[in-house]
Parts: sequence; structure tokens; C-alpha cells
Amino acid sequence: MDAFVFLVSAAIVLTGAVGVLTSRNPVHAALFLVQTLFGVAVLFVLQDATFLAAVQVIVYAGAVVILFLFVIMLLGVDRAEDLGVEPIVGQRPVAAVIGASLMGLLLTLLLVATDGPTGAPGRTAPLGDAGDNTRRLGEALFTGHVFAVELTALLLTVAVVGAVVLARTVKGPLQPLPVVVVATATEPDEPADEGAEEEAEEEAKEEGSA
Amino acid sequence: MTTVNTVVGPVMGPVMDTAVLALDPLLSGDLDLGIVGIVILKAVVAFTLLLVSVMLMIWFERKLVADMHNRIGPAVAGPFGILQTLADGIKLFFKEDLIPDRADRVVFKLAPYLSLVPAFLVFAIVPIGGDFSSGDGTVTWFGKSTYLQVADPPVGILFFLALSSIAVYGVMLAGWSSGSKYPLLGSVRASAQMISYEAALGLAIAAVFLTSGSLSTHDIVASQVDGSWNVLATGVVPFIVFLVAGTAELNRPPFDLVEAEQELVGGFHTEYSSLRFALFFLAEFMNVITMSAIAVTLFLGGPAGPILTDTLGWVWPVFWFSVKVFAFLFCFVWLRATLPRLRYDQLMDLGWKVLIPVALGWFLLIGAMNVAGDQGWSLVPVVLGGLVVMAGGAALLMGAVAKARAERLAEDSPERDDVPTGGSA
Repeated sequence: MDAFVFLVSAAIVLTGAVGVLTSRNPVHAALFLVQTLFGVAVLFVLQDATFLAAVQVIVYAGAVVILFLFVIMLLGVDRAEDLGVEPIVGQRPVAAVIGASLMGLLLTLLLVATDGPTGAPGRTAPLGDAGDNTRRLGEALFTGHVFAVELTALLLTVAVVGAVVLARTVKGPLQPLPVVVVATATEPDEPADEGAEEEAEEEAKEEGSA
Repeated sequence: MTTVNTVVGPVMGPVMDTAVLALDPLLSGDLDLGIVGIVILKAVVAFTLLLVSVMLMIWFERKLVADMHNRIGPAVAGPFGILQTLADGIKLFFKEDLIPDRADRVVFKLAPYLSLVPAFLVFAIVPIGGDFSSGDGTVTWFGKSTYLQVADPPVGILFFLALSSIAVYGVMLAGWSSGSKYPLLGSVRASAQMISYEAALGLAIAAVFLTSGSLSTHDIVASQVDGSWNVLATGVVPFIVFLVAGTAELNRPPFDLVEAEQELVGGFHTEYSSLRFALFFLAEFMNVITMSAIAVTLFLGGPAGPILTDTLGWVWPVFWFSVKVFAFLFCFVWLRATLPRLRYDQLMDLGWKVLIPVALGWFLLIGAMNVAGDQGWSLVPVVLGGLVVMAGGAALLMGAVAKARAERLAEDSPERDDVPTGGSA
């Protein structure tokens, strides 16, 4: 039973991964990515890591890929692309070599170290009973690894602040620091350049048509 | 909180046992054909129940809104027009199935199912019956004792959150794959709204986790026996946040910008017709019912209620559960008949600047109270200190929001030539 579930979900993961690479439409690629993430979630359940499985779906499928789709749809790049064009010269041979060697390494490890895929729960870190799983994960994260957790939280906060700063539209001539922007933003009436006038005109047109 | 802890204390014993087993007693032994049969029976019954209640819910909503508008409402098909939904369903079934020329055909066909399947699956984790006050929430059928819910996964409510994040895909892909402007706008709005309010929803639910001490829906219900319902045990605020965020998550009025007819024609499902449209419609109303059921489970003690007769005693919890769900359904319809639609910026302001901070602050306060209970600290200074910190945080947040608004207004003022394009969107 374990082996059966493992093989089916592994097939889902792998076909999803291949689909991400081969689909010409970015939206389809994102959907194949969701399929892969789902297969991984099933594998987590198989390992009794039910909390991780739920988080996998909530965070990756529910937030990360949705953001991918947002960007794809809002930037209007949701057209099929020609996969024949190589954007960075030499990228594909290098990727093929690295991928093949990684695959060889993993296959070697698989064949040498174990007796094939069984789907049985891992032996190195038994998580106990399924119901106990969430508790033990929480204990591990917030006692032994609390420093790493807090550091990650700080990193994410910095990333958010950085994104906000980068996304701010700077008015007038480019300012090197946001502090300076705040200082000049309170001053009234800067000489308007042509770009700003065009923008204002465009907006007026939009308002008129709307 | 002290009363809650003392009440929950003795109950936690049996609850913890089931949490460690984390299994329906039905599945704890060896599987035989009867057990498989019961599981299949439960799934089929749950599905049928949900379909029938959707049918009645649509009729009820139309009839009630008609009453509130001083109209008659559906009155032709069946007694009181109760079969109107069935007639509409049959009509939709026989309509022409259109796929727009510019549609992405595969995704277009896939999207309705991505909406429908999560809507149904959520109902599987809701305990709709079982005597929790004197028993352990099991009923005995055909000589086997089992929970009155299709499944009780150890992650329980997280399963609900995971599925509601999947439901976003149905809406988003439906709009995108239609290959047309209005559905795309509607779906971008919808997914932005659902993602924003999911955060507040999750934080409100997290407060319930802290109070009940478990993720499993069965254990959450079991922790609320003796009338210590979570709506009071968590201090009402998470309940209100849950209701508002839940209404927004459902895209129900007053948060139905997704299908604002005046602006977007029909929203994300404009290009859908026939059976596929029916699936979206079904999913929408299923979600209303499951959201009410989840609210009852989390905050109102699930099937808890007095058991009035000994014969057929298992009927009473189901009855109380239905009554509570029905109260929520009535409120949803009432909201629709009463409140005007929010503007988009009001919607986003409410979600990000009010609901999420409030839910987060309250979650931290309950966490502090739990720690105080564990350490044996006096609750009063902890709560007062927590409230002071929360007030400080709220003041900071409001100051920041006010400053940002003042700056935006200064930038938008007519004296400046370099007016930014795009507004508050």
C-alpha cells in the first residue's frame, strides 16, 4: 500500500516537473508546478508529516504559485513562448550536464543505499504518531531552532520593506535614498518635466474616456 | 480565561487520547467490508446532504430576499416554489455549452471543477452530530462506533485553509482562461480579495487553536462541551473577524465586488454557460453552507445542545447543528438584502488595516494568557499589559496610516503637476 501510494504520487510529481519544463504557456507551467507541489504534499502525508503537507498546500500552492500567476497575468506575458530560442547562450548544455550528473548521483544513492522505493516512513527522524506531529514540529522550531526562525522572520520583514521601497514611484529627478524622497516630497511645486506632463495628459484622457 | 481552563482541564484527558490516536474509532481496528461500506455511505450521505441543502438554500435565499424586498419570489414550481432551483438546474443542464474562441480550452474546462471539489471536500471534516457532552462524540451504527463526519484528519482545520486556497485557483483560472477582459478583471479582483482575507481568517482560526489546543475538528468540538463555546472562550473578537473575513472569502455581499454587475458584467464566470456555470453556482452556495458549518464547529460548539429524548438520541445533536447552521445562513441572506457593496479600496483597507492587525493582536493576547496560565502568573497584569501593548501598536499603526494618507493627499493635490497615475488601487 505504502509503495503503491509512493509510486503514484512520485509519478504525479515527475509528470508535473516535466510539464513545467515543456509547456510553452507560462500559466500552464505554473499549473504543472501546482501538480508537483500536490504530489509532494501526498508524499509528506505518507511520511506521517501531515502538518507539513497542509502547510505545503497552503503556502506553496495557495500563496507562492498564486503570486506567480498574478505576475504572469498582470504583466501580460501569458502567451505561448517559442522554446527554440535560447535566451542565454550555452545555458542548455550546462544545465543538461548538471542535471544529468545530479540525476546520476541520486540514482546511485538510491540503488546503493536502500532496497528500492518502499514508501515506508523515514528512519532517521521518526515523527511519532500522526496527531503528535504538529506538537513536535512546533517544539523543535520554537526551542532548538528559535534563533533561525526569528532570523528568517526578520529577513522576510526586510524583504517586504525592501519591496515597498523599490515599488515606490519616485517623483521628479531620481533620488538616491527614500529619506531624501520624503524630504523633497513635502516641498511644493517642482518644475515639471515632459514625462510628468505626458503622464498627466494620459490620465486626463483616461478619465475622459471612462 | 481561568474558568475556561478549569472547564477544559478535565476534558483534555480523553481528548488527548483521541488526539494521539487521531483516528476515528471506526478505523482503529482491522478493515473489513462493513467498515468500508460505512465510510462510503458517509461520503455519499454527506454529498447528497450538501446538494439538497444547496438546492434548499438557493430557494430560501430567493424567497427571503423577496420577502425583505416586499416581493413574492419564486412561487410556481412546487409548493411555495420550492422546486424552482431544480427547474433552473435542469434548464442550465440543457443549455448550449459555449467555449469562447479565444479561451484556453483545457484550463477553461478545468476551472469549474477546481471550484467545486474543494467546496465539497471541506464539508468532510465537519462533525455534524455525535453526543460530545456525555459520550466521546461517537454514534453506533450497525454495531460499529464512528464519528459523524466523513474524515477527521489530524490537521483538521488546516485542511479547510488548504482547500480554500485551492478554491482561489478555480476563480482565477476561470477568469484568465476565458480570454476576455471582464472575466480577467473579475478574477484578479477575486483572487486578490480571497488571498487578503485568508490571512485574517487564518489568524482568527489560530485563536481557536490556542484555546482548544488541537487542530482536529473533532477535538475542537470536544473541547467546547459544557457550554464553554469558543465564541466566548476566545473573547468574541476572533469570531467577528472570522465572520467578516469568511463573508469576504465567500465573495458574498457586501464583499461581492467580484461579480459587481455594474462594472464587470458577471465577473469571473461571465463567459461560462450551461453546466459549467451551474458548477460555479453550486460551488458558491456549497461554500456558503460549509463556511457556516465551519463557523459553528469552531465557535459555537458544533452539534452541542440538550438531548431531549433517549430514543433516537443521536438525532438531537444533528438537529442542533442544523439549527445553528441555519442561523448563519439566515444572516448571510440578511446581509445581502441589507448592505450596499463596498468600494475596492474600502475592501482592501478593511482587510489589511483593520482585520489582520486586530486578529493578530488578539491572537498574541490569547497566547500571552495561555503562557500566564501555564506559568501560574496572575492573569490581570498579563491582560492589562497585553492590552497596553496592543493599544500602543494600534496607535503606531493608525499614525502610520494617517501619515501615509496625508502624504498621498499632498501628492494628489492639484498644486502639483506631477500627479501620479493610478490612484489608491
